Amino acid sequence: MNVLKQAKGFWFTIVLAAIFFVVMQFLINGEFLNPFYVNTLYTIGINIILAVSLHLVIGITGQFSIGHAGFLAVGAYVSAIITMKLGLPFPVALLAGGVVAAIAGIIIGIPTLRLRGDYLAIATLGFGEIMRILFLNIEYVGGASGMTVSHLITWPWLFGCVLATIIVIVNFTNSTHGRACISIRENEIAADAMGINTTYYKVMAFVIGAFFAGVAGGLHAHNFYIIQPTNFSFLKSFDILILVVLGGLGSMSGSVIAAVLLTIITAFLANYPELRMVIYSLVLIVVMLFRPQGLMGTKEITAFLKMSKAAKGGAQDGSRHTVA
Amino acid sequence: MAAGTPLLKVENAGIRFGGLKAVSGVNLELRQGELAGLIGPNGAGKTTFFNLLTGVYVPTEGSISLVGEKLNGLAPYKITKKGISRTFQNIRLFSDMTVLDNVKVAYHSLARHSILSSIFRLPSHFKGEMEMEEKAIEFLKIFKLDHVLHEKAKNLPYGQQRRLEIARALAAKPKLLLLDEPAAGMNPQETEDLMNLIALIREKFELTILLIEHDMNLVMGVCERIYVLDHGQLIAEGTPEQIRNNPKVIEAYLGEEVS
Ligand SMILES: Nc1ncnc2c1ncn2[C@@H]1O[C@H](COP(=O)(O)OP(=O)(O)OP(=O)(O)O)[C@@H](O)[C@H]1O
Ligand SMILES: [Mg+2]
Repeated sequence: MNVLKQAKGFWFTIVLAAIFFVVMQFLINGEFLNPFYVNTLYTIGINIILAVSLHLVIGITGQFSIGHAGFLAVGAYVSAIITMKLGLPFPVALLAGGVVAAIAGIIIGIPTLRLRGDYLAIATLGFGEIMRILFLNIEYVGGASGMTVSHLITWPWLFGCVLATIIVIVNFTNSTHGRACISIRENEIAADAMGINTTYYKVMAFVIGAFFAGVAGGLHAHNFYIIQPTNFSFLKSFDILILVVLGGLGSMSGSVIAAVLLTIITAFLANYPELRMVIYSLVLIVVMLFRPQGLMGTKEITAFLKMSKAAKGGAQDGSRHTVA
Repeated sequence: MAAGTPLLKVENAGIRFGGLKAVSGVNLELRQGELAGLIGPNGAGKTTFFNLLTGVYVPTEGSISLVGEKLNGLAPYKITKKGISRTFQNIRLFSDMTVLDNVKVAYHSLARHSILSSIFRLPSHFKGEMEMEEKAIEFLKIFKLDHVLHEKAKNLPYGQQRRLEIARALAAKPKLLLLDEPAAGMNPQETEDLMNLIALIREKFELTILLIEHDMNLVMGVCERIYVLDHGQLIAEGTPEQIRNNPKVIEAYLGEEVS
């Protein structure tokens, strides 16, 4: 039975994740990894959360939202206020960052998700910019010069958040609720005609995405020592968007892989920002030329594992017939 | 429900797009269990009428009610839950989803497990999903689609796509099923299979069906009553025999084909 198989795979993944966690914890505690690598690792984790949360909105639900950095900003500032101004513990800050970002998601989502295509993109882009300008003009959080934040991020918290994001989004996707979202992506009119409350599910996906982007904001703020409005411009939104598109729209493992790859490229080219943009663009151009569907297409990594196990013939992904 | 109570009652319904009266003043009653046909020349307003019934468009005049309950202004997904389900003239499957998942989507509104139960993988999630899967597989057997359960909908041959769309519409447990040109693009063999299928599902699910069709053999063969729409207005209704001999219809529609 499909459902049971899924449950087995779930526990298998958890065990693998636990092993990975312990090994990394050992490497970090023993200082086998230098700070540069540790920082890169943290950045990878944050970018995975951002990519996977946006994947739910764009890849699964098909809503082209390009203001994800807005939620990142909300999470970053709210969590920084919680720890730096209110003196509350870091976990509370992470949660509050997520919750406030989710509330922002509801407020933005309900009116904008009625829009389609280009209009939705423009509205969400506008939201991201408004958030940036808002923080730029609030003296309480330092205005343009930003806010200094303690380095409170730790490997267990980062890992826990990444894992929670992935589990929640995978479990949501592989359920009747996820199928409702995918049906909206596939054909909104038909989804509606099949009894799916499309507005509800679009907003739901958007809010879950916003929540995790907010959590990522909390991690981000407590990793970089300082947060400034310029960190959250539309360029940041595009960076996240690129991860989702590069990984393959609809593939969560694709988003994760793209987040890992591009973060590593960026980290190693940090001292050559011009070169970074060149290589970045080259990677994108090459991928879009040779794999326009993204690294993973719509497939998940588990599909490839199954395929090699069964040693069956190649994936049959016949030409798309469009039945207008 | 008492015999003879109309399942669907449409009174004076119409819609205009700017200056164009796409549908106007339509009165129509469907009895429980009836299989009726809706015909008319291209652009007569047949699909638009379906869009009115299913809430895609809100009527600018008149009223539509199902078992005495008014439907005007309800969102499409609510109308579906009240018991009207449809297929589309241009097939609208969830192409990148599997055959099984297409049907599961139609079962969604019957699912009782919440988002949280799915996220935390509570027992109610597994129970709900398992039930859905078993029901969907059983259901697809009726449509002889159980051998392609895990095939993506877009990879099915055209005839099977049409069948899957009907299956999906039926999975939503409608009282009234609307079929918009179900035989369009089918060869004679497929059309005949489809007619048999329609007769079968009607019996099995105690359905009321309204179908739009250009294929006169199909319409005259299976429908008990036929409604004729021309320029957005109902110009005739009756048995296939009456329609065949109605001069207005011959002029508006059939005559067109003869000439
Ligand atoms: N959203 C809309 N806006 C403006 N005009 C519309 C709209 N939808 C339909 N129409 C017009 O309403 C008229 C009826 O169209 P409809 O699609 O209902 O015809 P039909 O009877 O289904 O024809 P066919 O047999 O070709 O499918 C047409 O003139 C069409 O252009
Ligand atoms: Mg039509």
